[in-house]
Amino acid sequence: MQHGKYRFIVGFLALPLGLYALFVVWPFIQSIYYSFTDWTGLSPEFKMVGLDNYRRMLDDEIFWKSLQHSLMFAVVLPLVTIGLALFFAFMINVGGRKRRGGPVISGVRGSSFYKIVYFFPQVLSIAIVALLFAFAYNPDSGAINSFLRGIGLDGVQPLWLGDPDLALWCVMAVLVWSTVGFFVVLFSAGMASIPADLYEAALLDGAGRATTFFRITLPLLWDTVQSGWVYMGILALGAESFAVVQIMTTGPGGPDYSTTVMVLYVYQKAFRDGQAAYATTIGVALLVVTLAFAALVMRLGRRERLEY
Amino acid sequence: MSIEKTTEPPAPVPVTKTDVPRSGGPPRPKKEGQVLNAFSHGILVLWAVMVVLPLLWAVMTSFKDDGAIFGSPWSLPDKLHFDNWSRAWTEANMSDYFLNTVLVVGGSLIGTLVLGSMAAYVLARFDFPGNRFIYYLFVGGMSFPIMLALVPLFYVVNNMGLLNTIHGLILVYIAYSLPFTVFFLTAFFRTLPSSVAEAAFVDGASHSRTFFQIMVPMAKPGLISVGIFNFLGQWNQYMLPTVLNTDPDKRVLTQGLVQLAVSQGYKGDWSGLFAGLVMAMLPVLAAYIVFQRQVVQGLTAGALK
Repeated sequence: MQHGKYRFIVGFLALPLGLYALFVVWPFIQSIYYSFTDWTGLSPEFKMVGLDNYRRMLDDEIFWKSLQHSLMFAVVLPLVTIGLALFFAFMINVGGRKRRGGPVISGVRGSSFYKIVYFFPQVLSIAIVALLFAFAYNPDSGAINSFLRGIGLDGVQPLWLGDPDLALWCVMAVLVWSTVGFFVVLFSAGMASIPADLYEAALLDGAGRATTFFRITLPLLWDTVQSGWVYMGILALGAESFAVVQIMTTGPGGPDYSTTVMVLYVYQKAFRDGQAAYATTIGVALLVVTLAFAALVMRLGRRERLEY
Repeated sequence: MSIEKTTEPPAPVPVTKTDVPRSGGPPRPKKEGQVLNAFSHGILVLWAVMVVLPLLWAVMTSFKDDGAIFGSPWSLPDKLHFDNWSRAWTEANMSDYFLNTVLVVGGSLIGTLVLGSMAAYVLARFDFPGNRFIYYLFVGGMSFPIMLALVPLFYVVNNMGLLNTIHGLILVYIAYSLPFTVFFLTAFFRTLPSSVAEAAFVDGASHSRTFFQIMVPMAKPGLISVGIFNFLGQWNQYMLPTVLNTDPDKRVLTQGLVQLAVSQGYKGDWSGLFAGLVMAMLPVLAAYIVFQRQVVQGLTAGALK
């Protein structure tokens, strides 16, 4: 097996690794370097300014707002999405009626239908979903307020995305809508692999559904929940929140910066305001937040791995 | 993943009263089961409606004229305005956006699978100094915020003369798809038996021949899963083209639709925009319904590992 081995390894790795290094790794390293300069992005000249950008960032009110919103995205979104998804997945897989002669625990009828439908938003582009909901949220002619008028709630006509107190929640609701299905399917697969005799034993011991869920399903599913949490958090800090906030909210960034998030702020500083160096500084802060989030979830969630 | 029964009909509204109480069974769990059953069905139906309703609403709206869209968002169209669709396809450049997207995604997908499987195979099957380092270099890319790299990347791509070109976008898509692809396929190649490859090698096949003629066919299920994952990711990609592809003629679907929505403030062709939105949604949804088992497998495989 040794003959020509290294030539083969180099030949196979050169292209993918080269492309990856040039377009991913190298820009990452560069941007950390640029965060210590006064580079505008418009001209090739720049000089080192030490920690100036970082000092400026700490005094930047909009940065703190974007950080706060990004943290909310990273905490609230996974919490709501995974909570709902666990609930739905449990209903689909364990909520079924006991049929005579059937298994003790069974899924509801049409469980595969639910799983197919719930997954719909996941295959759509988040950009398209955001556009669609931007229309639905329109205060005058949008589907939501028109629906409220239709059922007689003429007094309840929120501005939705135009209301600084509501806009962020509206945006988050769209992300929940589009990601719950993914986790329902993910958790359903995990629940399907939990042996039925565990449930049978629990029911024989007189455990109700809630006890069954918290004592059997959740612990055995914990690894999946945890990696799903990290996955969702990274998405919520990065690409997904960029698309929804940039497309849906005015500005973009919402009325009175009420929806601006870190990833959008990086984009605006670099490509709108010509402050590339400062943008990379905020980007470095985003990197720190992302890594800290992942480390925290992995640490808080550490449990003994259960074998079954 | 076990979603085999795709043909099962939609769940009916729960009918609790047909369940005549029987003597003999333990009463408490049964009652709890019934209440829970009705309750769970109710909730599940509600969410299904919440998922489907906006999509159906979009389809319905795409057949209405502008007046009806704003006047009465929930009423059915007075007649089916197919002209919205033809207008979106020709005047609103949806045909160009489709073509650009197909070119970019087609090129990226092939490139990602070829390069990704080559790197993954080497990393999974060969021991050499630096193997672990390169593996973690690739895998680390999954958790880093892409936007941080995009600021300098814009200038890297610009200096190479690749800004606003289809092939430039393809190269960038491939580079950013490699972390997950390498991660997934490395795990997959490790699960394949090594005896077949060794036998081929003993028979005089070269390393690269062994890879292309023996290993790639064996890895087909993994390639399909990761291919679907990348296809959807690249087809729906919004952030990369927004930054690196600002030429109006080169826009991909997602970008084009967002630009269309922004420019509607002046043109006021909202019905055409809705037709464009639905046009962009339907192929992906149709493909999902046809290949739903593979799609679900491909998309959830990563998170389960």
